[in-house]
Amino acid sequence: MSSILKITDLHIAVDGKPILKGVNLEVKQGEIHALMGPNGSGKSTLAYALAGHPKYEITGGDIEIDGASLNELDANERARLGMFLAFQYPVTIPGVRVADFLRHAVTNRRDPDRKEGENLMPMREFRQELRGRMNELGMDPEFARRYLNDGFSGGEKKRMEILQMAMLKPKFAILDETDSGLDSDAVKVVSEGLSSLAGPETGVLIITHHERLLEFNRPQFTHVMLAGRIVETGDASLAHELHANGYTTVRERHPAEAAEEQAEREETLATV
Amino acid sequence: MSTVTVNSAPSLPSGFTSDDFEVFLQSRVEPVWVTQRRRVAFELFQAKSAEELDPEEWKRIPARAFRPEKFSLTGKAAIGFDTAQLPLMQNRAEFEGAVVHVDGSATESRLTEQLAAKGVIFGDLATVLCQQADLLEPHFATKAVLPDTDRFAAWHGAFWTGGTVLFVPKGVQVDAPLYSLVALAQDGVADFSHTLVILEDGAEATLLEETASGSPDIAGLHVGAVELLVGKEARLRYVQLQNWNQKSWHFAHQCGRVEGNGSLQWTVGGLGSKLAHIHQDVHLDGRGAEAQVNGVTFAKDRQCLSYYTQQTHNAPDTRSDLLYKDVLTDESRVIWRGMIKVEPEAQKTDGYQRNDSLLLSPTSRCDAIPGLEIEADDVRCTHGATAGRVDVDQIFYAMCRGLTEHEAMHIIVQGFLQTVTDRIPVELVRETLDKAVEVKLGIGE
Ligand SMILES: Nc1ncnc2c1ncn2[C@@H]1O[C@H](COP(=O)(O)OP(=O)(O)OP(=O)(O)O)[C@@H](O)[C@H]1O
Ligand SMILES: [Mg+2]
Repeated sequence: MSSILKITDLHIAVDGKPILKGVNLEVKQGEIHALMGPNGSGKSTLAYALAGHPKYEITGGDIEIDGASLNELDANERARLGMFLAFQYPVTIPGVRVADFLRHAVTNRRDPDRKEGENLMPMREFRQELRGRMNELGMDPEFARRYLNDGFSGGEKKRMEILQMAMLKPKFAILDETDSGLDSDAVKVVSEGLSSLAGPETGVLIITHHERLLEFNRPQFTHVMLAGRIVETGDASLAHELHANGYTTVRERHPAEAAEEQAEREETLATV
Repeated sequence: MSTVTVNSAPSLPSGFTSDDFEVFLQSRVEPVWVTQRRRVAFELFQAKSAEELDPEEWKRIPARAFRPEKFSLTGKAAIGFDTAQLPLMQNRAEFEGAVVHVDGSATESRLTEQLAAKGVIFGDLATVLCQQADLLEPHFATKAVLPDTDRFAAWHGAFWTGGTVLFVPKGVQVDAPLYSLVALAQDGVADFSHTLVILEDGAEATLLEETASGSPDIAGLHVGAVELLVGKEARLRYVQLQNWNQKSWHFAHQCGRVEGNGSLQWTVGGLGSKLAHIHQDVHLDGRGAEAQVNGVTFAKDRQCLSYYTQQTHNAPDTRSDLLYKDVLTDESRVIWRGMIKVEPEAQKTDGYQRNDSLLLSPTSRCDAIPGLEIEADDVRCTHGATAGRVDVDQIFYAMCRGLTEHEAMHIIVQGFLQTVTDRIPVELVRETLDKAVEVKLGIGE
């Protein structure tokens, strides 16, 4: 049976400020969804909220996988259930080797009941698998021994996110601008990597401002976010249209949200 | 294998007055020069006790609650105490030589025949000082830790009871590490142990030393000294993991001296005690001498760990490299005051000191005060200190990959310590420190 990630009327506030104002979305394992929208519309907020960032408070609505609510689960519990977020800005952890970090992560994902201090997956098996995945993504095996994202270039960090996804085999993966900051060769590698990984086992939500990633990973659905709501859903051609023409027509079709967006911009400007 | 002399009477004075001192001397069986040195030290102790402690040195150190009269020496080691539950090196390896002191008295002292046959001497200080009086007389408390340094050094010089001696003759290399444990197992007992290591020219050795309390509830006092004398082209690796319980007071003067082209690698683990105040000095006395100092401290609850380090370059072409990493949580404090001193003749010196701290709680505090005193003109000396907090974004990132908050904290702390643990060559020490860090973080509780 394929799993469903269901987001119902989701409201999210950060430091008491409402940002998402009723988001509805359903992603099935194996599907590819694109999430687009102007800067500040709330895409990353949705991504963080799904991953379980403690600062992103659920003030209404539900996040469920197969009917079981994730609302009360922390990020680690959600990750073990198969939620994955590729960060827009991956975090550096000095002194922690990629291989050691991932061995913990993968063990916990595969054995969700594992307690800290209990055995990790066997080293040999893990190394072999890691090497295989790195090879597929065209990564120098030397990266396994480096400290996590420490001194990595922007492109290397993004590739590291994809590697982690490949190792963790999530049920649902959210890619937040994984294609930004990459040169076109790197976009190609990441796109191909994603398309080879995102089989029937993974439902993917791609947040992007570009088209390249979507060329290799053609979305069945494209959603447009404006002022904290998903205002339109279409197919791949919608992504193409937005890319070609920008958000002007979307704003025209949704004057209420556009006005809200405008009001918020002015408010932010006023407080600066 | 040498036997342990019971060099102490069953009952010892309860304090540190002149009368107590005389009773104490009666209890000792030792060469005249040793007694003589004790008398000199005791006079210094009395004089310095009448003076105020150096306010500049002690202003940061919360020692007001310290009551020396609550502690006394004992001639009897507690029987059957258990350190098995502690993260000790002792529980993880076999050694070719080991010296154990409990409550100030030696309870074990052994060395393999093979090493003894090479002229290596390794044993408890009280015994070895009697057996090898002529050999030790020029070295013991004359070069590195002198009783006239301050009140604590004098106190130690008068009342030391035991300790560990390692002597390695010229050109002899001891490959496997030797081991020493200093333990306190009874409430209110003072330990005045003294470590003396002498490597003759070209000798090599590794000594792993650790301290432990028999239970978490007993109050303890350590007034110690460490003397490391490294000859020309000799190589010493010395490790001391201080792991007393949190009801112990730890005061120590520790000093290493390195002759021409000799090298000293000194690793310090500061884990235990209620309050620790340690002077750790390295002197580079001969051309080409070098010292590497590695410190790992982890303070929690209301612990206060204070390290005053000094790297003194007395000769040209000498190198010193000090790196301390401190982890702090709860209400704890770490104080590090570092000094690099370069004498006028020590040209082409390369001195480095650095202290990094990681604060896991908003109520912990680290004071890091580096300093330089340079009198030569052609030198390279650098220092630095950083303090950082655990980054919530790092924790969240790791949790998004399926690590618990605790696991995330653990790997971040390990990562923080990595650059210093990478410098520790003995696997056993790295493992033990890692285990100690886990215990401090509350893992496996
Ligand atoms: N931690 C935060 N604190 C305060 N405001 C926040 C925080 N996170 C997001 N916001 C605000 O929420 C709104 C949505 O931000 P979000 O990052 O989700 O937008 P986005 O759609 O991802 O934009 P972009 O395309 O630029 O990445 C913005 O107005 C932003 O300033
Ligand atoms: Mg964003």
